[in-house]
Amino acid sequence: MFEYLELSELRNLLDTKQISSVELTKYFLHRIKSLDEKYNSFVTVTEDVALAQAAQADEFLASPGENPALCGIPYAAKDLFCTKGVRTTASSKILDNYVPPYDATVITKLKEQKSVLLGKTNLDQFAHGSSTETSAYGPSKNPWDTSRIPGGSSGGSTAALAAGLCPWALATETGGSIRLPASLCGVSGWKPTYGRVSRYGCIAMASSLDSMGAVAYSVKDLIILANVLSGQDPKDSTTGHKTANFTVNSDIKGLRIGIPREYFIEGMEAGVKAKIEEAIKEMEKLGAVIKEVSVPHTRYGSLVYAIVCPAEIASNLSRYDGIRYGLSSKEAKSLYEVYAKTRDAGFGDEAKRRILTGTYVLSAGYYDAYYKRAQKIRRLLVNEFEEVFKEVDVLAAPSSPNVAVAIGEAASNPLFGYIADQLNIPSSLAGLPAVSVPCGFAAPSDGGSTHMPVGLQFMGPQWGEQAVFNAGLAYQSVTDWHKQRPKA
Amino acid sequence: MDEVKDGYKPVIGLEIHVQLKTKSKMFGPAPMGEAEEANVNIDEIVTGEPGVLPVVNKEAVRLGVMAGLALNCTIPEFSKFDRKHYFYPDLPKGYQISQYDEPIAQKGYVNVTMPDGRIKRVGITRAHLEEDAGKNVHPEGLPYSLVDYNRAGAPLLEIVTDPDLETAEEARLFLEELQRIVRYVGASDADMEKGSMRCEPNISVRKPGEEGLPKYKVEVKNINSFRFAEAAINYEIPRQIEILEQGGMPKQVTMGWNEKESVTVEQRSKEEANDYRYFPDPDLPVLQFTPEYLDDLRSRMPELPAAKRVRFAEEYGLKPADIDTLINSKTLTYYFEDVVSELREWQTSDDAAKKLDIQKLISKAANWCLQDFSAALNSANLKDPYESRVSPENFAELIVMIENGTISGSAAKTVFKVMFEKGGEPDNIMQDLGLAQVSDEGAIEAIIDQVLAENAKAVADYKAGAEKSFGFLVGQTMKALKGQGNPGKVNELLRKKLL
Repeated sequence: MFEYLELSELRNLLDTKQISSVELTKYFLHRIKSLDEKYNSFVTVTEDVALAQAAQADEFLASPGENPALCGIPYAAKDLFCTKGVRTTASSKILDNYVPPYDATVITKLKEQKSVLLGKTNLDQFAHGSSTETSAYGPSKNPWDTSRIPGGSSGGSTAALAAGLCPWALATETGGSIRLPASLCGVSGWKPTYGRVSRYGCIAMASSLDSMGAVAYSVKDLIILANVLSGQDPKDSTTGHKTANFTVNSDIKGLRIGIPREYFIEGMEAGVKAKIEEAIKEMEKLGAVIKEVSVPHTRYGSLVYAIVCPAEIASNLSRYDGIRYGLSSKEAKSLYEVYAKTRDAGFGDEAKRRILTGTYVLSAGYYDAYYKRAQKIRRLLVNEFEEVFKEVDVLAAPSSPNVAVAIGEAASNPLFGYIADQLNIPSSLAGLPAVSVPCGFAAPSDGGSTHMPVGLQFMGPQWGEQAVFNAGLAYQSVTDWHKQRPKA
Repeated sequence: MDEVKDGYKPVIGLEIHVQLKTKSKMFGPAPMGEAEEANVNIDEIVTGEPGVLPVVNKEAVRLGVMAGLALNCTIPEFSKFDRKHYFYPDLPKGYQISQYDEPIAQKGYVNVTMPDGRIKRVGITRAHLEEDAGKNVHPEGLPYSLVDYNRAGAPLLEIVTDPDLETAEEARLFLEELQRIVRYVGASDADMEKGSMRCEPNISVRKPGEEGLPKYKVEVKNINSFRFAEAAINYEIPRQIEILEQGGMPKQVTMGWNEKESVTVEQRSKEEANDYRYFPDPDLPVLQFTPEYLDDLRSRMPELPAAKRVRFAEEYGLKPADIDTLINSKTLTYYFEDVVSELREWQTSDDAAKKLDIQKLISKAANWCLQDFSAALNSANLKDPYESRVSPENFAELIVMIENGTISGSAAKTVFKVMFEKGGEPDNIMQDLGLAQVSDEGAIEAIIDQVLAENAKAVADYKAGAEKSFGFLVGQTMKALKGQGNPGKVNELLRKKLL
């Protein structure tokens, strides 16, 4: 009975003492225990920690005064966020036994809120992927059709949400990892402006791209979460000095919505295209001004990403060497073997692929031709978005060109991620904020019988979350796709 | 040292690392400083835990830029950090945050005065900021190694010279001057023995008639003092010449200096094929040095050794050798100048002092600073003379007292010792200890008369030509005066009496 409730409803239940945080927490822990076998959305369930935190929250709730927005409300964290004393794996064997000695900044913020951590959710190993199939702990399953992927890399978070196993979850995006799984699982997702939320304590994938966001059941909830999680962090030099004070505003009369023609690609599923077009009509009915725009450099997005992202990954993964933490090969007979055998055993194939690519593009004689050049083209992308946002306030597009494919499809295609994420990579490269909202269902092109969720995204200029939230909120005020639930 | 063979010209460049004097590490808040055990000056950023991020230490940047300015470098408007990748247990992240192509300082120079007075200009190619690695420890006889990360993340300034040096002596003198400059600026303690300064010479030799740089260079590591740097270079040069003479070319390798055997030994260099895959660190912002920032630093720059040398020679007429020694301690030079200023004060206010020669006073003050004061400071382990109990005012007073004969040189040493240990004014101490010098001619003459009367044989010997007896009679007179006789006066009057 408490699953799928929005944050404001849970807040009300807790504040009016109709339920305690401990009861609420036990409820979700029980759901996870009985249902997650089907979805494999959790890597670690933190039962003891959750109950202890819930008890603390209840103590606080009992004291007079206003309660923080998330006080006593359970949540799940993508297993990329370092949680002090709690196993954090990045869904990789190389960190299978890793227990961080410190908390990520966002985790600290949530502790200050007296939130309750239910557990760490599954992801593509080190966030390298778009389906959770590269996880060392097996893929997560899409609750709408468990033979299908939930998307990735934040697939564990979105699957848990779709299955009603937690009220909201932390997620991250580097090149689509929030928007894609949110879309495939029929939930709402927020990818912040790069630098809006602190990266400190989140296991790094691509340092110039990683954005820490959240998935929840509504844009209204995402706004609450954005106000809590955002903020400059002295421990993260890439956070900006903007304070977040997002308001709930669904009046979009006169909002200029750009429809970038390059985002309606050939090969997009017909069902997806239809739902997006319907959604855009809804926006028009609400008073938005729809305009077709063009962002031609979009076509270079995946190419730039394919160079910049692995380069930064290769660098960031250098520290996993079996010396200080994580897996360390017992078979090693020399220093070289400590490195070689540990990393060979600990990293999955996709991580290895990216390390090889990244090492290559950064190597002597190639840096200028690849990384440096890619970064220059990236600047062109940034400039192009800046130009387009002079004509429009937000861009609208599909979050994914297709609905969820079957598990195994992605694994056989190394380019899968780049294709699945081509609609998200350009805006990620430009550091833009975005929101993905469910906008209907469509038949999968592989002939499966279950109609699967379709996601619509709104993208804004850097630091332009408010406009994006307004658009999403407006859409959800006249539709109820975001209230649809998979059959239990 | 063998004379360098005819026509062969050594080409030497130095790579120096100084540890910047900050409270915390280059990219995080973990503390710097002495550590009693391994792995205490660490935190999650130092050990490169998953998810951590670096944050630039502003003080380290300030000290680095100050040092760059003091080395006459150009400071660019923009500078950035790059990641330098390699795998080694003492490098936690698998990369070092350093600076590749946009360092904080470039194209500077240091003028080194050689013993023969010649000025050798040594170009500074660049100076850049980076973090240090930890230390690997290999316990004897055990099948494993240990890693200590206390030093990991410490802020370093790497200074690279142009290959302008031609002799080991030049290299040593350059290092000494660089150390002085860096200490003056307050950027580092720059102590080779304690590890806050490290030096790696790069040595090659030009064959007779060869133009341009030789096509190889040998890097020497594990040098723990300036003397060893000099010795290592002096070992390498003839070693390389021998190979060149036989028509070969020395291997481009890294050598390690073996202190015990005083030889360089080839190191198994795994770094041969190292490609560091430099790229700009995306976690750190670009540094921007505005004109205001640089002007502010320039305004806070202390007088540097080179300028001080010139000024001290002109203003104080000190000998070059004395200036060189004095200048090794910036605070001692400040102290010395305070003393001189006090001496000048004395001259204007005190009638007796007016008669004294100011140059003699200054020279004497310098002498005392270099000898007795420095010795006392060293024994008491004080680096800063201002931390001693001797104020410049009292120091100056003592100098005046010696010059005008109030106290003898040896008695002054006793008084000084008390001043150093307990403080106090020299005049009072002298009175308390009854050490006032006897300069009164009448008093001395009376004693001389007595001594001459008691030592007739010596008098006779002297008059017969034995100069030694004069010394004996002086000794007896001084003894009778309890050592407080003004030696000059005693000599003068004794001679007179013996005529």
